Amino acid sequence: MTLRLQARGLACERDDRWLFEDLDLDIRGGEIVRVEGPNGSGKTTLLKILSGQLADYHGELFWNDRPMRQARQAFLENLLYLGHAPGVKAALTPLENLAWYQALAGEAVHEAPRLAALESVGLAGFEDVPAGQLSAGQQRRVALARLELTPRPLWVLDEPFTAIDRHGVAALEERLVVHARSGGCVLVTTHHELKASEELRHIRLGRGGQDAER
Amino acid sequence: MPSADTRMNGSDSKRDNGDRQATAREPRGGLTVAVWATLKRDLTLLMRRRSEVLNPLVFFALVITLFPIGISPDPELLATIAPGLLWVAALLAALLSLDSLFRGDYEDGSLEQLLLTPQPLPMLGLAKVAVHWLLTGLPLALMAPVLGIMLALPAGSYLILAFSLALGTASLSLIGAIGAALTVGLSRGGVLLSLLVLPLYIPVLIFGAGAVQAAIMGDGAAAHLAILGALLALSLMLAPWAIAASLRISING
Repeated sequence: MTLRLQARGLACERDDRWLFEDLDLDIRGGEIVRVEGPNGSGKTTLLKILSGQLADYHGELFWNDRPMRQARQAFLENLLYLGHAPGVKAALTPLENLAWYQALAGEAVHEAPRLAALESVGLAGFEDVPAGQLSAGQQRRVALARLELTPRPLWVLDEPFTAIDRHGVAALEERLVVHARSGGCVLVTTHHELKASEELRHIRLGRGGQDAER
Repeated sequence: MPSADTRMNGSDSKRDNGDRQATAREPRGGLTVAVWATLKRDLTLLMRRRSEVLNPLVFFALVITLFPIGISPDPELLATIAPGLLWVAALLAALLSLDSLFRGDYEDGSLEQLLLTPQPLPMLGLAKVAVHWLLTGLPLALMAPVLGIMLALPAGSYLILAFSLALGTASLSLIGAIGAALTVGLSRGGVLLSLLVLPLYIPVLIFGAGAVQAAIMGDGAAAHLAILGALLALSLMLAPWAIAASLRISING
């Protein structure tokens, strides 16, 4: 079974303005799909619709050829979504933050994978520091550690490069390509220019319904 | 382009649940783990921010302390109004702490993540409410007898007071969480929350204060306590689903 996320005739209206209309998407495993567009063009909204968070849209969504409404459970079991807000509790340490996500994902709560995940995002040595004392970039890295911690085929990442330093950006970009090559799928919005690779596709959102998929 | 095997990472071949495929995962059985982790996380969070736990208790103590000063120190008068007073003050203290139930999670993005887990949301919501009751309702119930002394509450009704409050505040936490979930997306939802929730609090207040009153009269508080228990059973049955639905509405809005 391969993974496939489809949208047919997707349209979303906000404040009497169509963010996008008649958007047809067919996203499969092995792809990195970058959603592009100026600020306010509906990138985050599109990601939220595609990750099943917003019900306020027109059109249809399909997960593995089943309508999203029926396949929601299966879809959520395959999804890892990182939003604008990193979802990291300032009062908890990175280890404690990750323990919750590990448990929510239905995994046994063991410390070794969490330590390994934190090390992979360059946070070794910060395991027991309250996240509130970490920098914005480090907090973002705690959230990104979930990519390693809870393996999911479909990644939906909203501005994952925010506040990350240059080395971190390169490593994350590399990680996205590795994920796509191993059959996973990445949906990402970013203003950072991604290196061209054969896995990369673009969806461009424009103003006033001039949406085009390339 | 799409490879036949979508299992990612290669390295996770030794997964604990056996042969989970990447597209057909089975998180079943993880529910107890998830609920337990949510309980532990919220307890840890609140224990690190003690002021939030102490606020309702201080409010409760202040209100009860001020009443004898403001009205009259006459023990007979105080004893007649004590059951209602203690209950109203405890109810307002519990209401005061409700606004923050989901707000922190909403602001830092954890709530989004909570909605996107494959675990059933009602149970995770219930875990959060349980923590709220453990650190608000239960301390209020344990504190009430001490404050009862200040209001010259007749002996023999202390145990009923604590018990009725423990039962009642659990319902209050459950019902209040529905309102908190509905208003979490609003920047100043505090007043709206009170308006939404107060009408639903009234039955609990009537039978809670009634139980203490009955104990003072010597009528036996069993009937009132039974109704409080029934209210709790009803809220336990319905509130988790209402909380989950309300959270979805708030986040989608």
